[in-house]
Amino acid sequence: MADAIKSFPLPSSVAVVPGTEGAQAAYPYYTQFVPEDDERFWFYNSMHFPEPMHHFDMITAEAAYCALGAFNTRVHVLPTTKGIDHRIINGRVYIGGVAVTDPAEIAERQTLFQQRAFYYYEHWERLYDQWKVKMKLLIGEATDLPKVELPEWEPIETTHTGKGVAANHALVDIYRKQLEGYFRMWQHHFEFLLLGYGAYLTFFDFCKRAFPEISDQTISRMVAGMEAEIFRPDEEVRRLARRAVELGIDGLFQEGMTVEAVFAELDALGNSGAAWRDELETSRNPWFNVNVGDGFYHYHRSWNDDLSLPFSALPGYIAKVRAGEPIDRPVAQLIREREQLVIDYRELLDTEADRATYDQLIGLAHRVFPYVEGHKFYCEHWYTNLFFNKIREFGALLAGHGFFAEEADVFHLTHYELESAIIDLSLAWSSGSPPIGPKRWPAIVAERKAAIAAWAGNRVPPALGAVPDVIDDPAIVMLWGITRENLDRWLAEDGDDDSRELKGFAASSGVVEGLARVVTSAADIGTLRQGEILVCQVTNPSWAPIFQKIAAAVSDIGGSMSHMAIVAREYGLPAVVGTGSATQRIRTGQRIRVDGGRGVVTILDEVLEDA
Amino acid sequence: MPEAIAWFADVGIHDRPVVGGKGASLGELAGAGIAVPPGFVVTTQAFELFLAALEGRAPVRARIEACDADDLDMVTALSREVRRRVVEEALPPAVETALLAAHRALCGEAGAPVAVRSSATTEDAADASFAGLQDTFLWVIHADDLVARVRECWGSLYSVESIAYRRRQAFPEAGVAMAVVVQIMVDAAVAGVMFTRSPTTGDKSVITIEGAWGLGSAVVSGEVTPDRWVIGKITGEISVRDISDKHIEHCPVASGGVEECPVTEDRRRTPCLEDDLLQALREIGRKVERHYGAAQDIEWAVNRGGAVMLLQSRPETVWSTRAAAPIAEPLANPLAHVMGVFGVRR
Repeated sequence: MADAIKSFPLPSSVAVVPGTEGAQAAYPYYTQFVPEDDERFWFYNSMHFPEPMHHFDMITAEAAYCALGAFNTRVHVLPTTKGIDHRIINGRVYIGGVAVTDPAEIAERQTLFQQRAFYYYEHWERLYDQWKVKMKLLIGEATDLPKVELPEWEPIETTHTGKGVAANHALVDIYRKQLEGYFRMWQHHFEFLLLGYGAYLTFFDFCKRAFPEISDQTISRMVAGMEAEIFRPDEEVRRLARRAVELGIDGLFQEGMTVEAVFAELDALGNSGAAWRDELETSRNPWFNVNVGDGFYHYHRSWNDDLSLPFSALPGYIAKVRAGEPIDRPVAQLIREREQLVIDYRELLDTEADRATYDQLIGLAHRVFPYVEGHKFYCEHWYTNLFFNKIREFGALLAGHGFFAEEADVFHLTHYELESAIIDLSLAWSSGSPPIGPKRWPAIVAERKAAIAAWAGNRVPPALGAVPDVIDDPAIVMLWGITRENLDRWLAEDGDDDSRELKGFAASSGVVEGLARVVTSAADIGTLRQGEILVCQVTNPSWAPIFQKIAAAVSDIGGSMSHMAIVAREYGLPAVVGTGSATQRIRTGQRIRVDGGRGVVTILDEVLEDA
Repeated sequence: MPEAIAWFADVGIHDRPVVGGKGASLGELAGAGIAVPPGFVVTTQAFELFLAALEGRAPVRARIEACDADDLDMVTALSREVRRRVVEEALPPAVETALLAAHRALCGEAGAPVAVRSSATTEDAADASFAGLQDTFLWVIHADDLVARVRECWGSLYSVESIAYRRRQAFPEAGVAMAVVVQIMVDAAVAGVMFTRSPTTGDKSVITIEGAWGLGSAVVSGEVTPDRWVIGKITGEISVRDISDKHIEHCPVASGGVEECPVTEDRRRTPCLEDDLLQALREIGRKVERHYGAAQDIEWAVNRGGAVMLLQSRPETVWSTRAAAPIAEPLANPLAHVMGVFGVRR
């Protein structure tokens, strides 16, 4: 291309959307762009934060980057990269890597890295077992936190036991412990993650050199675990379908039913209904602590919070059980297929040296992958659900005292502001005066609600600042898949929104045409009908149960290493992930073609008129 | 002494000196249980008998060996003279009888159309490419036409380029011979080529398939941009689907030969192969590759009944002849491999 290299806008040139200045200023000062930031390259982290950030939800970015950076920069000491800086403007999170370029510093860090990271690799299984113990302990602590409440009178037990602290103290204590737990969880999250991805990427790079045309999907199939925790929720739904048939109550699970209606019918059935509800409770704890998004937003609720997703999958599974079709994942067969794949590719290698290297690399990749796949259930799902639900309890309490109208309004406060509101309420409860908050927060909440709405309709540049010559930061490449080629494509694509073709990662091959069903929230999942094409924002393995009823899947975000790709392949469905804007450009009811082998989605119908 | 005619069923790869590379390959494939259009080979023995008749009138091989490769006028005059003699010389009765009998046996009284293709015996790829690679005559119906096409194939040994090349290499003319393949013409709905090793990257893990509507000659000659697919050899995953604008196709002419036809608008951008046929081709490609123990370049056709037939398979020569250097040596400490990702600026 002879075109001069275009550049992205400088951070300083991005204007705050008019009318949202107050909401922008309310984000912590250390997340605001400063003039020096014009010297650096930033990109919009649409993979993790595809929507404007509620002020409270910024805690996820803060906790995650605190932990990621700590492990990269100071624990494992990655030789060529440090942590990630983050900024927010118009509700969008931009991030920038911190590369190490001085050869002497790299050399020093290489020595430290080999002492530290290699220790992790060598003792991976023991350390990961230990990690699971740590995480379960942390989850236990969060589960055991007392309910958030301020009684009119302190219970008499406080007197009888000589407890010596009142409920308002517990309130602040619970909040701080919960925050501490969330930050700790993210530290644990990054204890292994980059090392795990790095080992995988080492194998990945070797495969790409040995087999230049191998697909990303094939490489991840060689490594993917078949018994990771993340498959369990779906397996539990299948189990419940089988139990419903065994108990002879399968008839009451119908397409389009509501959870409440099913519960009412189950209760009317007596023993068999109660038996199934017991089974359901067994599954829910812990396996339904899986949320319908990636856990980064407070509104990514879990199956436990909204049973409509697992319930919507029951009729399909039940029909299969009735027809005598096997519905259990053929784990042994999947493992055999993976092993055969590894053997078959090995045989294609030209030299003995390559086969020996391949054995070393696949061995390491297999060692690290259980963590890469398994950690999400504990961190982004289980713990995160507990965390946001605990914050909801504070929301309900504050709403009850007139701080704002609804429980979920609490997420319009930053975590600092929320602590101040809790202290305000604590002081008011102790003094017997009314709190100040109800005069302060409703207007602020209204302003921020309006800002989130304004930002949602505001298109933002995919990156800011000068384009670097090369993107060689291993963290950026591994976690975000950002390459120089991506950037060039972003620059070239600027403004071609009219195209009927959407490009993404080829996640699972096959070509299917059908009617689109755009699902933007868990509440919409029940609307999915057999044979439709799922179009959603995020791809997540917790959606696995609905894959049995759809013809193909398309998502806005997600890479070719995503769990969704694995699930789609298991079901043999075409899938394209990471299209950027499928949920905005495709409407429910439109005919679309999904080419999962090429990573292309084509809109076949004229744009529908707005109803 | 070999016969003038050899049926595919009776020959294999080791019969190359008698039936040429193409004939030997087709016989070998048929023997391995791969579907190829039925046919026979006019052997080098037939050629030798014919040449003996020619030599009986005036020398051929001796004059070519005496020819100066750098004297283009001399080579051109000699080529013209020998090729004229090849056209004019009657077939030895034994050869003509055997050829016509085989033709009747293959095509029946109705006279099914055949393809006539030269099948060079030389191991030298460059020589083969001069001598007759382009000599494929499609949709040949009449017996006299068949005889004329066989002569043309023989005559191609004496093209200017071919003679000049052999003289430059100082090959002896004794043993320079040409076999000719005669096989039932596949009325191809779709045809094309398949590479069991990537022609662009040498990747052994993928099969590349190119195809277009109608007879394969449109693809082989480059007159149409074919659809192109890349398929995982092991996984069957179709990772690339390049569907091109296939504006023309080669169609048979009822009276013999082929012509170029425009492709109707609705078919131009329609993929010429569905996934099930792509997978069938992949399976065949793997089978042939396993049979030979080496990567293959294959020509294939799908007949009007939807059956896949192979027209030719030859060993891949571009990548297979390169020395394979290891991609990465194993390390005493396997963990040190990760330094390639973490340790250095790329």
